[in-house]
Amino acid sequence: MKLNTMSDAIAKYVHNGDTIAIEGFTAFICFAAAHEILRQKLEGLTICRMTPDLIYDQMVAAGCVKKMVFSYLGNPGVGSLHCIRRAIENGIPNKIEIEEYSHFGMVGRYMAGAAGLPFFPLKSYLGADLAEVNPNICFVDNPYGKDRVAVVPALNPDVAIVHAQRCDRQGNTQLWGLIGMQKEVAFAAKHVIVVVEEIVLEDVIRSDPNRTLIPHIVVDSVVHQPYGAHPSYVQGYYDRDNKRYLAWEKVSRDQAATEAWLAEWVFGVDNWEGYLARLQAEEPNIWDRLAPGSAPSQPVNYGTYG
Amino acid sequence: MEPMDRMFAYTPSEMMIATAARALEGERVVFVGVGLPNIACNLAQRTVSPDLELVYESGVFSARPARLPLSIGDPTLVSCATSVVGMADLFMNYLQGGRIETAFLGAAQIDRCGNLNSTVIGDYQNPKVRLPGSGGACEIAIHARKIYIIMPLSKRSFVEKLHFITSPGHVSHMPGERVKLGMPGSGPQLVITNQAVFEFRNGEMTLYSIHPGFTVDEIKSEVAWPLKVAADLQTTLLPSDDELRIIRKELDPDGIYTSK
Repeated sequence: MKLNTMSDAIAKYVHNGDTIAIEGFTAFICFAAAHEILRQKLEGLTICRMTPDLIYDQMVAAGCVKKMVFSYLGNPGVGSLHCIRRAIENGIPNKIEIEEYSHFGMVGRYMAGAAGLPFFPLKSYLGADLAEVNPNICFVDNPYGKDRVAVVPALNPDVAIVHAQRCDRQGNTQLWGLIGMQKEVAFAAKHVIVVVEEIVLEDVIRSDPNRTLIPHIVVDSVVHQPYGAHPSYVQGYYDRDNKRYLAWEKVSRDQAATEAWLAEWVFGVDNWEGYLARLQAEEPNIWDRLAPGSAPSQPVNYGTYG
Repeated sequence: MEPMDRMFAYTPSEMMIATAARALEGERVVFVGVGLPNIACNLAQRTVSPDLELVYESGVFSARPARLPLSIGDPTLVSCATSVVGMADLFMNYLQGGRIETAFLGAAQIDRCGNLNSTVIGDYQNPKVRLPGSGGACEIAIHARKIYIIMPLSKRSFVEKLHFITSPGHVSHMPGERVKLGMPGSGPQLVITNQAVFEFRNGEMTLYSIHPGFTVDEIKSEVAWPLKVAADLQTTLLPSDDELRIIRKELDPDGIYTSK
Protein backbone atom coordinates (compact mmCIF):
# COMPACT_ATOMS: atom_id res chain seq x y z
CA MET A 1 0.00 0.00 0.00
CA LYS A 2 1.66 3.21 -1.14
CA LEU A 3 -0.88 5.63 0.31
CA ASN A 4 0.66 7.15 3.46
CA THR A 5 0.20 10.11 5.75
CA MET A 6 2.93 12.74 5.34
CA SER A 7 4.21 11.87 8.78
CA ASP A 8 4.57 8.17 7.91
CA ALA A 9 6.12 8.86 4.49
CA ILE A 10 8.80 11.19 5.91
CA ALA A 11 9.51 8.83 8.84
CA LYS A 12 9.94 5.91 6.47
CA TYR A 13 12.04 7.49 3.70
CA VAL A 14 13.95 10.50 5.07
CA HIS A 15 16.84 9.89 7.47
CA ASN A 16 19.49 11.96 9.22
CA GLY A 17 22.31 12.87 6.84
CA ASP A 18 20.29 12.16 3.67
CA THR A 19 20.52 14.10 0.43
CA ILE A 20 17.03 15.27 -0.46
CA ALA A 21 15.45 17.25 -3.30
CA ILE A 22 12.14 19.07 -3.01
CA GLU A 23 11.91 20.69 -6.45
CA GLY A 24 9.26 22.84 -8.17
CA PHE A 25 10.03 26.03 -10.12
CA THR A 26 7.93 28.66 -8.24
CA ALA A 27 4.99 26.21 -8.52
CA PHE A 28 4.45 22.81 -6.80
CA ILE A 29 6.78 23.60 -3.86
CA CYS A 30 5.90 21.07 -1.17
CA PHE A 31 6.03 23.11 2.05
CA ALA A 32 3.92 20.41 3.74
CA ALA A 33 6.82 17.95 3.41
CA ALA A 34 9.46 20.45 4.56
CA HIS A 35 7.48 21.33 7.68
CA GLU A 36 7.07 17.63 8.53
CA ILE A 37 10.83 17.10 8.11
CA LEU A 38 11.38 19.93 10.61
CA ARG A 39 8.82 18.49 13.06
CA GLN A 40 10.57 15.13 12.93
CA LYS A 41 13.85 16.86 13.94
CA LEU A 42 15.92 15.39 11.13
CA GLU A 43 19.54 16.57 11.07
CA GLY A 44 22.58 17.00 8.85
CA LEU A 45 20.63 17.09 5.59
CA THR A 46 22.04 17.97 2.19
CA ILE A 47 19.25 19.83 0.41
CA CYS A 48 19.17 20.21 -3.40
CA ARG A 49 16.98 22.65 -5.31
CA MET A 50 17.50 24.93 -8.28
CA THR A 51 15.77 27.83 -6.51
CA PRO A 52 15.91 27.33 -2.71
CA ASP A 53 12.92 29.70 -2.25
CA LEU A 54 11.21 30.16 1.14
CA ILE A 55 11.05 26.40 1.69
CA TYR A 56 14.84 26.00 2.08
CA ASP A 57 15.13 29.40 3.79
CA GLN A 58 12.90 27.91 6.52
CA MET A 59 14.85 24.63 6.67
CA VAL A 60 18.21 26.44 6.92
CA ALA A 61 16.82 28.73 9.64
CA ALA A 62 15.68 25.68 11.62
CA GLY A 63 19.23 24.32 11.65
CA CYS A 64 18.67 20.92 10.00
CA VAL A 65 20.89 21.64 6.97
CA LYS A 66 24.56 20.69 6.59
CA LYS A 67 24.90 21.51 2.90
CA MET A 68 22.90 23.12 0.10
CA VAL A 69 23.19 22.42 -3.64
CA PHE A 70 21.50 25.12 -5.76
CA SER A 71 21.56 27.56 -8.68
CA TYR A 72 19.54 30.67 -7.73
CA LEU A 73 18.96 32.18 -4.29
CA GLY A 74 15.97 34.45 -4.28
CA ASN A 75 12.49 35.13 -2.92
CA PRO A 76 10.94 35.18 -6.42
CA GLY A 77 9.63 38.61 -7.38
CA VAL A 78 10.25 39.83 -3.81
CA GLY A 79 13.95 39.92 -2.87
CA SER A 80 16.57 38.06 -0.82
CA LEU A 81 16.46 34.82 1.14
CA HIS A 82 17.58 36.31 4.43
CA CYS A 83 17.94 33.09 6.46
CA ILE A 84 20.22 31.48 3.89
CA ARG A 85 22.20 34.71 3.61
CA ARG A 86 22.56 34.75 7.41
CA ALA A 87 23.89 31.19 7.35
CA ILE A 88 26.34 31.89 4.53
CA GLU A 89 27.46 35.36 5.63
CA ASN A 90 27.44 34.92 9.44
CA GLY A 91 27.07 31.20 10.21
CA ILE A 92 23.65 31.67 11.90
CA PRO A 93 22.21 29.28 13.13
CA ASN A 94 25.06 27.21 11.68
CA LYS A 95 27.55 27.56 8.86
CA ILE A 96 26.35 25.63 5.81
CA GLU A 97 28.44 24.21 3.01
CA ILE A 98 27.31 25.33 -0.45
CA GLU A 99 27.72 23.69 -3.86
CA GLU A 100 26.65 26.12 -6.55
CA TYR A 101 25.73 25.67 -10.22
CA SER A 102 23.82 27.59 -12.87
CA HIS A 103 20.26 26.50 -13.71
CA PHE A 104 21.42 24.53 -16.75
CA GLY A 105 24.06 22.84 -14.58
CA MET A 106 21.42 21.65 -12.10
CA VAL A 107 19.18 20.57 -15.01
CA GLY A 108 22.09 18.54 -16.40
CA ARG A 109 22.82 16.96 -13.01
CA TYR A 110 19.24 15.70 -12.66
CA MET A 111 19.16 14.54 -16.31
CA ALA A 112 22.34 12.49 -15.85
CA GLY A 113 21.02 11.12 -12.57
CA ALA A 114 17.73 10.11 -14.18
CA ALA A 115 19.40 8.55 -17.24
CA GLY A 116 22.06 6.58 -15.37
CA LEU A 117 24.91 8.59 -16.91
CA PRO A 118 28.00 9.58 -14.88
CA PHE A 119 27.88 13.20 -16.09
CA PHE A 120 26.08 15.60 -18.39
CA PRO A 121 27.75 17.80 -21.06
CA LEU A 122 26.66 21.39 -21.58
CA LYS A 123 28.00 24.50 -23.26
CA SER A 124 28.34 26.79 -20.28
CA TYR A 125 30.77 28.09 -17.62
CA LEU A 126 33.65 29.08 -19.96
CA GLY A 127 34.58 32.73 -19.40
CA ALA A 128 32.86 32.71 -15.99
CA ASP A 129 34.03 32.01 -12.42
CA LEU A 130 31.67 29.27 -11.15
CA ALA A 131 34.00 26.44 -12.21
CA GLU A 132 36.77 28.15 -10.18
CA VAL A 133 34.81 27.77 -6.94
CA ASN A 134 33.07 24.45 -7.66
CA PRO A 135 35.53 21.63 -8.48
CA ASN A 136 32.61 19.44 -9.60
CA ILE A 137 32.26 21.60 -12.74
CA CYS A 138 34.86 20.23 -15.17
CA PHE A 139 35.74 20.63 -18.84
CA VAL A 140 36.40 17.82 -21.33
CA ASP A 141 37.67 17.83 -24.90
CA ASN A 142 35.01 17.27 -27.53
CA PRO A 143 36.09 13.94 -29.12
CA TYR A 144 34.46 14.97 -32.42
CA GLY A 145 35.80 18.53 -32.67
CA LYS A 146 38.32 20.94 -31.24
CA ASP A 147 36.26 22.68 -28.59
CA ARG A 148 35.86 21.98 -24.90
CA VAL A 149 32.58 21.17 -23.21
CA ALA A 150 31.62 21.64 -19.57
CA VAL A 151 30.43 18.59 -17.62
CA VAL A 152 28.53 18.30 -14.36
CA PRO A 153 28.18 15.10 -12.29
CA ALA A 154 24.99 13.06 -11.97
CA LEU A 155 22.80 13.95 -9.00
CA ASN A 156 20.93 11.04 -7.41
CA PRO A 157 19.21 12.27 -4.25
CA ASP A 158 18.35 9.70 -1.57
CA VAL A 159 14.80 11.06 -1.62
CA ALA A 160 12.85 13.33 -3.96
CA ILE A 161 9.55 14.83 -2.86
CA VAL A 162 7.41 15.81 -5.84
CA HIS A 163 4.20 17.80 -5.55
CA ALA A 164 1.62 17.46 -8.35
CA GLN A 165 -2.04 17.98 -9.20
CA ARG A 166 -3.09 14.34 -9.16
CA CYS A 167 -2.14 10.70 -9.20
CA ASP A 168 -3.86 7.35 -8.82
CA ARG A 169 -3.38 5.02 -5.84
CA GLN A 170 -0.37 3.39 -7.52
CA GLY A 171 1.39 6.74 -7.90
CA ASN A 172 0.97 7.35 -11.63
CA THR A 173 1.33 11.11 -11.51
CA GLN A 174 0.02 13.87 -13.78
CA LEU A 175 1.19 17.49 -13.79
CA TRP A 176 0.46 20.51 -15.92
CA GLY A 177 1.73 24.08 -15.79
CA LEU A 178 5.37 24.84 -14.94
CA ILE A 179 6.54 21.24 -14.84
CA GLY A 180 10.11 22.33 -14.07
CA MET A 181 12.30 19.31 -13.31
CA GLN A 182 9.61 17.25 -11.51
CA LYS A 183 9.90 14.31 -13.90
CA GLU A 184 13.71 14.18 -13.97
CA VAL A 185 14.17 14.55 -10.21
CA ALA A 186 11.73 11.66 -9.67
CA PHE A 187 13.64 9.40 -12.06
CA ALA A 188 16.98 10.49 -10.53
CA ALA A 189 16.12 9.81 -6.87
CA LYS A 190 16.55 6.52 -5.01
CA HIS A 191 13.18 6.99 -3.31
CA VAL A 192 10.24 9.16 -4.37
CA ILE A 193 7.38 10.56 -2.32
CA VAL A 194 4.61 12.00 -4.49
CA VAL A 195 2.32 14.54 -2.82
CA VAL A 196 -0.93 15.42 -4.61
CA GLU A 197 -3.94 17.67 -4.41
CA GLU A 198 -6.22 14.83 -5.56
CA ILE A 199 -6.14 11.04 -5.73
CA VAL A 200 -8.04 9.98 -8.85
CA LEU A 201 -9.13 6.68 -10.33
CA GLU A 202 -6.75 4.88 -12.64
CA ASP A 203 -9.29 5.48 -15.46
CA VAL A 204 -8.78 9.24 -15.16
CA ILE A 205 -5.02 8.79 -15.57
CA ARG A 206 -5.48 6.38 -18.49
CA SER A 207 -7.79 8.87 -20.27
CA ASP A 208 -4.82 11.22 -20.82
CA PRO A 209 -1.56 9.22 -20.82
CA ASN A 210 0.59 12.02 -22.31
CA ARG A 211 0.04 14.01 -19.14
CA THR A 212 1.51 11.27 -16.91
CA LEU A 213 5.07 12.47 -16.27
CA ILE A 214 5.89 10.06 -13.43
CA PRO A 215 4.96 6.36 -13.65
CA HIS A 216 4.22 4.32 -10.55
CA ILE A 217 7.40 2.24 -10.90
CA VAL A 218 9.54 5.13 -9.61
CA VAL A 219 7.14 6.09 -6.79
CA ASP A 220 7.56 4.65 -3.28
CA SER A 221 4.93 6.60 -1.42
CA VAL A 222 1.81 8.63 -2.20
CA VAL A 223 0.57 11.37 0.13
CA HIS A 224 -2.80 13.06 -0.37
CA GLN A 225 -2.24 16.58 0.94
CA PRO A 226 -4.57 19.27 -0.46
CA TYR A 227 -3.03 22.78 -0.37
CA GLY A 228 0.32 21.12 0.47
CA ALA A 229 2.23 23.61 -1.69
CA HIS A 230 0.94 26.76 0.07
CA PRO A 231 2.19 29.56 -0.05
CA SER A 232 3.43 28.52 -3.52
CA TYR A 233 0.79 27.42 -6.00
CA VAL A 234 -0.63 24.55 -8.01
CA GLN A 235 -1.80 25.47 -11.51
CA GLY A 236 -5.60 25.43 -11.75
CA TYR A 237 -6.03 24.67 -8.01
CA TYR A 238 -4.81 27.76 -6.11
CA ASP A 239 -2.76 30.85 -6.80
CA ARG A 240 0.48 31.84 -5.12
CA ASP A 241 -0.18 33.55 -1.77
CA ASN A 242 2.02 36.52 -2.53
CA LYS A 243 0.97 38.28 0.66
CA ARG A 244 2.78 35.58 2.62
CA TYR A 245 5.88 35.74 0.40
CA LEU A 246 5.98 39.48 1.18
CA ALA A 247 5.40 38.81 4.89
CA TRP A 248 8.33 36.32 4.93
CA GLU A 249 10.58 39.10 3.57
CA LYS A 250 9.98 40.96 6.85
CA VAL A 251 9.96 38.01 9.29
CA SER A 252 13.07 36.37 7.84
CA ARG A 253 15.25 39.46 8.30
CA ASP A 254 15.60 38.59 11.98
CA GLN A 255 16.60 35.16 13.36
CA ALA A 256 14.49 35.55 16.54
CA ALA A 257 11.40 36.55 14.54
CA THR A 258 12.04 33.63 12.19
CA GLU A 259 12.28 31.18 15.10
CA ALA A 260 9.06 32.60 16.56
CA TRP A 261 7.38 32.06 13.18
CA LEU A 262 8.64 28.46 13.02
CA ALA A 263 7.48 27.88 16.62
CA GLU A 264 3.99 29.01 15.70
CA TRP A 265 3.46 27.68 12.17
CA VAL A 266 5.64 24.54 12.13
CA PHE A 267 6.37 23.29 15.67
CA GLY A 268 3.14 24.70 17.12
CA VAL A 269 0.94 22.43 14.99
CA ASP A 270 0.74 18.64 14.77
CA ASN A 271 0.57 18.34 10.99
CA TRP A 272 -0.36 20.17 7.77
CA GLU A 273 -4.04 20.07 8.69
CA GLY A 274 -3.08 22.07 11.78
CA TYR A 275 -1.24 24.60 9.61
CA LEU A 276 -4.25 24.95 7.31
CA ALA A 277 -6.60 25.41 10.27
CA ARG A 278 -4.37 28.17 11.60
CA LEU A 279 -4.32 29.83 8.17
CA GLN A 280 -8.07 29.71 7.93
CA ALA A 281 -8.48 31.10 11.45
CA GLU A 282 -6.28 34.03 10.47
CA GLU A 283 -8.01 34.56 7.11
CA PRO A 284 -11.37 32.76 6.81
CA ASN A 285 -11.78 33.39 3.06
CA ILE A 286 -8.18 32.56 2.08
CA TRP A 287 -9.10 29.84 -0.44
CA ASP A 288 -11.66 32.09 -2.12
CA ARG A 289 -9.00 34.75 -2.48
CA LEU A 290 -6.55 32.29 -4.02
CA ALA A 291 -9.03 30.38 -6.22
CA PRO A 292 -8.26 30.84 -9.94
CA GLY A 293 -10.94 31.22 -12.58
CA SER A 294 -11.73 28.26 -14.79
CA ALA A 295 -9.85 27.64 -18.06
CA PRO A 296 -10.15 23.95 -19.03
CA SER A 297 -8.21 22.67 -22.03
CA GLN A 298 -10.12 21.41 -25.05
CA PRO A 299 -10.30 17.59 -24.81
CA VAL A 300 -8.20 15.63 -27.30
CA ASN A 301 -9.32 12.37 -28.89
CA TYR A 302 -6.90 9.47 -28.36
CA GLY A 303 -9.25 7.17 -30.30
CA THR A 304 -10.14 3.54 -29.60
CA TYR A 305 -8.39 0.78 -31.58
CA GLY A 306 -9.40 -2.86 -31.65
CA MET B 1 5.03 71.19 -23.61
CA GLU B 2 8.43 72.75 -22.79
CA PRO B 3 11.35 70.33 -22.48
CA MET B 4 11.89 71.19 -18.81
CA ASP B 5 8.30 70.24 -18.01
CA ARG B 6 8.65 66.98 -19.89
CA MET B 7 11.68 66.07 -17.78
CA PHE B 8 9.40 65.51 -14.83
CA ALA B 9 6.60 63.92 -16.82
CA TYR B 10 8.18 60.46 -16.79
CA THR B 11 10.11 58.34 -14.28
CA PRO B 12 13.63 56.92 -14.81
CA SER B 13 12.08 53.43 -15.00
CA GLU B 14 9.71 54.53 -17.76
CA MET B 15 12.67 56.01 -19.66
CA MET B 16 14.55 52.69 -19.44
CA ILE B 17 11.47 50.69 -20.45
CA ALA B 18 10.71 52.86 -23.49
CA THR B 19 14.37 52.74 -24.60
CA ALA B 20 14.52 48.96 -24.20
CA ALA B 21 11.21 48.47 -26.02
CA ARG B 22 12.43 50.45 -29.05
CA ALA B 23 15.62 48.38 -29.17
CA LEU B 24 13.38 45.35 -29.79
CA GLU B 25 12.09 46.67 -33.11
CA GLY B 26 12.09 43.87 -35.67
CA GLU B 27 13.03 41.17 -33.11
CA ARG B 28 11.11 37.89 -33.09
CA VAL B 29 12.10 35.86 -30.01
CA VAL B 30 13.08 37.47 -26.74
CA PHE B 31 14.03 35.80 -23.46
CA VAL B 32 12.51 37.85 -20.69
CA GLY B 33 12.82 38.30 -16.94
CA VAL B 34 10.38 39.96 -14.57
CA GLY B 35 10.30 43.64 -13.70
CA LEU B 36 11.49 46.22 -16.21
CA PRO B 37 12.43 43.75 -19.01
CA ASN B 38 8.99 42.15 -18.84
CA ILE B 39 7.26 45.52 -19.17
CA ALA B 40 9.65 46.57 -21.97
CA CYS B 41 8.89 43.39 -23.95
CA ASN B 42 5.14 43.81 -23.48
CA LEU B 43 5.44 47.44 -24.58
CA ALA B 44 7.41 46.41 -27.67
CA GLN B 45 4.68 43.88 -28.51
CA ARG B 46 2.12 46.70 -28.44
CA THR B 47 4.27 49.18 -30.39
CA VAL B 48 7.34 48.38 -32.55
CA SER B 49 7.29 44.55 -32.58
CA PRO B 50 3.75 43.10 -32.69
CA ASP B 51 5.06 39.63 -33.64
CA LEU B 52 7.51 39.42 -30.74
CA GLU B 53 7.44 36.05 -28.95
CA LEU B 54 8.17 36.16 -25.21
CA VAL B 55 10.08 33.20 -23.74
CA TYR B 56 10.35 32.91 -19.95
CA GLU B 57 13.08 31.01 -18.10
CA SER B 58 10.33 29.08 -16.29
CA GLY B 59 9.56 27.23 -19.54
CA VAL B 60 6.81 29.36 -21.06
CA PHE B 61 6.84 30.11 -24.79
CA SER B 62 4.65 32.89 -26.20
CA ALA B 63 2.88 33.95 -23.01
CA ARG B 64 -0.30 36.05 -23.04
CA PRO B 65 -0.45 37.13 -19.37
CA ALA B 66 -3.80 38.43 -18.18
CA ARG B 67 -2.16 40.30 -15.27
CA LEU B 68 1.30 41.73 -14.60
CA PRO B 69 3.31 38.64 -13.57
CA LEU B 70 4.65 38.68 -10.01
CA SER B 71 7.61 36.53 -11.03
CA ILE B 72 8.76 34.51 -14.05
CA GLY B 73 6.98 31.57 -12.40
CA ASP B 74 3.57 33.26 -12.22
CA PRO B 75 0.65 30.97 -13.23
CA THR B 76 -0.80 33.77 -15.40
CA LEU B 77 2.08 33.12 -17.81
CA VAL B 78 0.97 29.50 -18.27
CA SER B 79 -2.72 30.03 -19.06
CA CYS B 80 -3.17 30.80 -22.78
CA ALA B 81 0.54 30.42 -23.63
CA THR B 82 1.42 28.69 -26.90
CA SER B 83 3.64 26.13 -25.18
CA VAL B 84 4.86 25.30 -21.68
CA VAL B 85 7.87 23.01 -21.35
CA GLY B 86 10.11 21.65 -18.61
CA MET B 87 13.43 23.20 -17.66
CA ALA B 88 15.43 20.55 -19.55
CA ASP B 89 13.58 21.36 -22.77
CA LEU B 90 13.96 25.09 -22.19
CA PHE B 91 17.70 25.08 -21.58
CA MET B 92 18.62 22.40 -24.11
CA ASN B 93 16.35 23.00 -27.08
CA TYR B 94 15.30 26.64 -26.83
CA LEU B 95 18.43 28.26 -25.39
CA GLN B 96 21.42 26.01 -26.19
CA GLY B 97 19.69 25.04 -29.45
CA GLY B 98 20.06 28.65 -30.57
CA ARG B 99 16.41 29.73 -30.79
CA ILE B 100 16.72 32.84 -28.61
CA GLU B 101 17.53 36.08 -30.47
CA THR B 102 17.67 38.56 -27.64
CA ALA B 103 17.79 38.28 -23.87
CA PHE B 104 17.72 40.82 -21.06
CA LEU B 105 20.08 40.57 -18.09
CA GLY B 106 20.80 42.72 -15.08
CA ALA B 107 23.39 42.43 -12.30
CA ALA B 108 24.87 44.02 -9.20
CA GLN B 109 28.15 44.78 -10.99
CA ILE B 110 29.27 45.24 -14.59
CA ASP B 111 32.75 45.87 -16.01
CA ARG B 112 33.82 47.66 -19.18
CA CYS B 113 33.62 44.44 -21.22
CA GLY B 114 30.03 43.79 -20.15
CA ASN B 115 30.89 40.87 -17.86
CA LEU B 116 28.33 40.63 -15.06
CA ASN B 117 28.39 39.77 -11.36
CA SER B 118 25.21 38.63 -9.63
CA THR B 119 26.89 36.19 -7.20
CA VAL B 120 28.78 37.92 -4.36
CA ILE B 121 30.11 41.23 -3.09
CA GLY B 122 33.45 40.45 -1.46
CA ASP B 123 35.19 37.08 -1.36
CA TYR B 124 33.19 34.06 -2.59
CA GLN B 125 34.05 31.89 0.43
CA ASN B 126 33.42 34.69 2.97
CA PRO B 127 31.09 37.09 1.19
CA LYS B 128 30.19 40.52 2.45
CA VAL B 129 26.88 40.22 0.59
CA ARG B 130 25.63 36.97 -0.83
CA LEU B 131 23.66 37.74 -4.03
CA PRO B 132 21.27 35.36 -5.89
CA GLY B 133 23.85 33.69 -8.14
CA SER B 134 23.55 32.68 -11.77
CA GLY B 135 20.17 31.09 -12.20
CA GLY B 136 20.13 30.80 -15.97
CA ALA B 137 22.13 34.00 -16.51
CA CYS B 138 25.48 32.33 -17.27
CA GLU B 139 24.10 30.25 -20.14
CA ILE B 140 21.76 33.00 -21.34
CA ALA B 141 24.84 35.26 -21.65
CA ILE B 142 26.62 32.55 -23.65
CA HIS B 143 23.80 31.41 -25.96
CA ALA B 144 21.34 34.24 -26.71
CA ARG B 145 22.39 35.89 -29.96
CA LYS B 146 22.26 39.36 -28.42
CA ILE B 147 22.24 40.55 -24.81
CA TYR B 148 20.63 43.78 -23.65
CA ILE B 149 21.54 44.79 -20.10
CA ILE B 150 19.23 46.94 -17.96
CA MET B 151 20.61 48.37 -14.71
CA PRO B 152 20.78 51.72 -12.92
CA LEU B 153 24.00 53.69 -13.43
CA SER B 154 26.18 54.04 -10.33
CA LYS B 155 29.85 53.90 -9.43
CA ARG B 156 29.13 51.00 -7.06
CA SER B 157 27.87 48.94 -10.00
CA PHE B 158 30.01 50.09 -12.94
CA VAL B 159 33.32 48.82 -11.57
CA GLU B 160 36.90 48.38 -12.73
CA LYS B 161 37.05 44.75 -11.54
CA LEU B 162 34.16 42.41 -10.76
CA HIS B 163 34.24 40.50 -7.49
CA PHE B 164 32.98 37.44 -9.40
CA ILE B 165 32.18 36.75 -13.06
CA THR B 166 28.73 35.17 -13.06
CA SER B 167 27.91 35.75 -16.73
CA PRO B 168 30.49 36.40 -19.45
CA GLY B 169 30.15 39.50 -21.62
CA HIS B 170 32.91 40.24 -24.14
CA VAL B 171 35.25 38.59 -21.58
CA SER B 172 38.35 40.71 -22.26
CA HIS B 173 39.83 43.27 -24.62
CA MET B 174 41.24 40.47 -26.80
CA PRO B 175 39.18 40.48 -30.00
CA GLY B 176 37.36 37.23 -30.75
CA GLU B 177 37.54 36.03 -27.14
CA ARG B 178 33.94 34.78 -27.18
CA VAL B 179 34.46 32.85 -30.42
CA LYS B 180 37.65 31.31 -29.01
CA LEU B 181 35.72 30.13 -25.95
CA GLY B 182 33.04 28.61 -28.19
CA MET B 183 30.21 30.98 -27.26
CA PRO B 184 27.50 31.00 -29.95
CA GLY B 185 25.96 34.37 -28.99
CA SER B 186 27.55 37.71 -29.85
CA GLY B 187 27.37 39.03 -26.26
CA PRO B 188 26.18 42.34 -24.80
CA GLN B 189 25.02 44.94 -27.33
CA LEU B 190 23.44 47.62 -25.16
CA VAL B 191 23.50 48.74 -21.53
CA ILE B 192 20.35 50.74 -20.80
CA THR B 193 20.52 52.83 -17.61
CA ASN B 194 18.54 55.60 -15.94
CA GLN B 195 20.97 58.24 -17.28
CA ALA B 196 22.36 56.99 -20.58
CA VAL B 197 22.65 54.15 -23.07
CA PHE B 198 25.97 52.43 -23.78
CA GLU B 199 27.01 50.38 -26.80
CA PHE B 200 29.97 48.05 -27.14
CA ARG B 201 32.61 49.13 -29.62
CA ASN B 202 35.48 46.65 -30.05
CA GLY B 203 34.14 44.91 -26.98
CA GLU B 204 34.34 48.02 -24.78
CA MET B 205 31.38 49.78 -23.20
CA THR B 206 31.08 53.19 -24.89
CA LEU B 207 28.74 56.06 -24.05
CA TYR B 208 26.41 56.29 -27.02
CA SER B 209 23.29 58.19 -25.99
CA ILE B 210 22.55 60.53 -23.06
CA HIS B 211 19.09 60.95 -21.57
CA PRO B 212 17.88 64.59 -21.56
CA GLY B 213 18.94 66.43 -18.41
CA PHE B 214 22.28 64.63 -17.90
CA THR B 215 25.83 65.60 -18.93
CA VAL B 216 28.81 63.56 -20.14
CA ASP B 217 30.76 64.55 -17.01
CA GLU B 218 27.94 63.38 -14.72
CA ILE B 219 27.87 60.03 -16.45
CA LYS B 220 31.68 59.67 -16.40
CA SER B 221 31.61 60.28 -12.65
CA GLU B 222 29.36 57.22 -12.17
CA VAL B 223 31.71 54.87 -14.04
CA ALA B 224 34.85 53.53 -12.34
CA TRP B 225 37.02 53.32 -15.47
CA PRO B 226 37.98 56.03 -18.02
CA LEU B 227 34.82 55.92 -20.11
CA LYS B 228 34.99 56.11 -23.89
CA VAL B 229 32.48 58.43 -25.54
CA ALA B 230 31.19 57.83 -29.06
CA ALA B 231 32.05 60.52 -31.64
CA ASP B 232 28.43 60.31 -32.81
CA LEU B 233 26.99 60.85 -29.29
CA GLN B 234 23.21 61.15 -29.32
CA THR B 235 20.39 62.33 -27.09
CA THR B 236 17.97 59.56 -26.06
CA LEU B 237 14.42 60.06 -27.28
CA LEU B 238 11.91 60.67 -24.50
CA PRO B 239 9.10 58.18 -23.92
CA SER B 240 6.20 59.16 -26.18
CA ASP B 241 2.76 59.95 -24.78
CA ASP B 242 1.53 56.75 -26.37
CA GLU B 243 4.25 54.64 -24.70
CA LEU B 244 3.58 56.27 -21.33
CA ARG B 245 -0.14 55.68 -21.70
CA ILE B 246 0.38 51.94 -22.42
CA ILE B 247 2.81 51.57 -19.49
CA ARG B 248 0.56 53.38 -17.01
CA LYS B 249 -2.86 52.20 -18.14
CA GLU B 250 -2.16 48.64 -19.29
CA LEU B 251 1.20 47.25 -18.19
CA ASP B 252 1.80 48.55 -14.67
CA PRO B 253 -1.34 50.38 -13.52
CA ASP B 254 -0.29 50.21 -9.85
CA GLY B 255 3.17 51.59 -10.61
CA ILE B 256 4.85 48.60 -8.94
CA TYR B 257 7.87 48.72 -11.26
CA THR B 258 7.56 52.10 -12.93
CA SER B 259 6.72 54.69 -10.25
CA LYS B 260 10.42 55.34 -9.53
